[in-house]
Amino acid sequence: MNPFRYERARDASSAVALLAQAPNGVFLAGGTNLVDHLKLGVRQPDLLIDITHLPYDRIEPLPDGGVRIGALVRNSDLAADRTIRTRYPLLAQALLAGASGQLRNLATTGGNLLQRTRCVYFQDISKPCNKRVPGSGCSAREGYHRELAILGASQACIATHPSDMAVALAALDASVRVLGPQGERTIPLVEFYRLPGDEPQYDTVLSHGELITAVDLPPLPFATHSHYRKVRDRASYAFALVSVAAALDVADGVVRDVRIALGGVAPMPWRAARAEAVLLGAPATEEVFERAAEAELANAQPLPGNAFKIPLARSTLVRTLLDLTTEEGKLQ
Amino acid sequence: MDLEITLRVNGAIHQLSVDTRTTLLDALRERLGLTGAKKGCDHGQCGACTILLDGRRVTSCLALAVAHQDAQIITIEGLAADGEHLHPLQQSFIAHDAFQCGYCTPGQLCSAVGMLREAEAGWPSAVSADLTADHVTLDDDEIRERMSGNLCRCAAYANIVPAIAEVARQAQASPRTQRPEQEAQR
Repeated sequence: MNPFRYERARDASSAVALLAQAPNGVFLAGGTNLVDHLKLGVRQPDLLIDITHLPYDRIEPLPDGGVRIGALVRNSDLAADRTIRTRYPLLAQALLAGASGQLRNLATTGGNLLQRTRCVYFQDISKPCNKRVPGSGCSAREGYHRELAILGASQACIATHPSDMAVALAALDASVRVLGPQGERTIPLVEFYRLPGDEPQYDTVLSHGELITAVDLPPLPFATHSHYRKVRDRASYAFALVSVAAALDVADGVVRDVRIALGGVAPMPWRAARAEAVLLGAPATEEVFERAAEAELANAQPLPGNAFKIPLARSTLVRTLLDLTTEEGKLQ
Repeated sequence: MDLEITLRVNGAIHQLSVDTRTTLLDALRERLGLTGAKKGCDHGQCGACTILLDGRRVTSCLALAVAHQDAQIITIEGLAADGEHLHPLQQSFIAHDAFQCGYCTPGQLCSAVGMLREAEAGWPSAVSADLTADHVTLDDDEIRERMSGNLCRCAAYANIVPAIAEVARQAQASPRTQRPEQEAQR
């Protein structure tokens, strides 16, 4: 590990100013991804700015009926929050599906969004990786890519985003509040992540020095009827091969409203806009669900080692929608 | 780069000078001689380094010592009340033969302490049938899910689960007597 200075931020503006002046500095929150990267040599900052004592650890109601989640709220606290469990159950389920109890107690909302891919080549500094070292090549395409992307990838990079929480937030149309040297801005979560394209080294649209302060959830009454389903090699403590976050509003057998996002399949949580378009106003039947899943996965670009994700994603999406349909009253 | 820090561990205050890169796990083991917490993977994946930080279970290998000066830290060495009477979980692990080589055991115990506290606070898990229930019933499925961050290569899981289940039952039977957070008072 390279030596680094450690500073504790007094307040948000000085934290931002400090980082803006330190091109090789980083913010430290829970540290469950950053400290791992320090040990692996994936990141070698010369300054850690500890932001854990900034006042962003609350979950508060918003005037429009939504909820503001402070960036420093621990994953475990967010999952246990009564409002989240009642009004946005898919988010609580997504958080509980991730990591371990110990990691959830350290990990924060902001850190969870910013965690990097677990592609084995990204994490191994002895291997070529365009995301870690631009232009060095992608070891995964011809190598091990079982867990990597079938949607949104590029020639340069096929990494997947590992977060469960982000998938639920994408389905909920959450927005990310950010404080930077130029002031505050709000970024819709579905615009927060970048497609890798030719520059896979940039996961998000954040510029250096910007600090996530909160994630806002809009009021979404039918989100009470939602579910997060995660498919993985083990029953617990493993990343998703494929996951689905879905909220469904059915009235008189017709889909009145729907939100769907897929995890484990793309460099970011994948909002299933095509599936949603098929479903809106259509009968809530298995046949329609299958057509929707088909539409969403139609442009998937599989590799030999991850082609199984296409039928898996389709069937998982159909199954999740069916569960939400047949358990109308039960999922309260 | 060295910093002077204060760590509060098992009720005692320690002043030490550490390199900023020192993890809490290494500070506890190498600097304070508290070798109960183990370095299993050093990457937050096995749980052998689990300790209690302000009453919450965490993987100490991913925590930096310099970042946790204000926290009340309890390690396995601090679980036994007054340093004499074994914690109910420790007693139960012995009674149920819940360890073989013992390497994961300190982490299992600290994790279980934290886990029981979470369950008592009504936190649901990924296998909870009712996400909004006020009360958690710790059946075997719940214990396994909640303890999934602690690996045991000797596969003592078959005895770890009933060892924890027994203490969970006792805690439910007499909620205010056999509290795992006695040590948090120190």
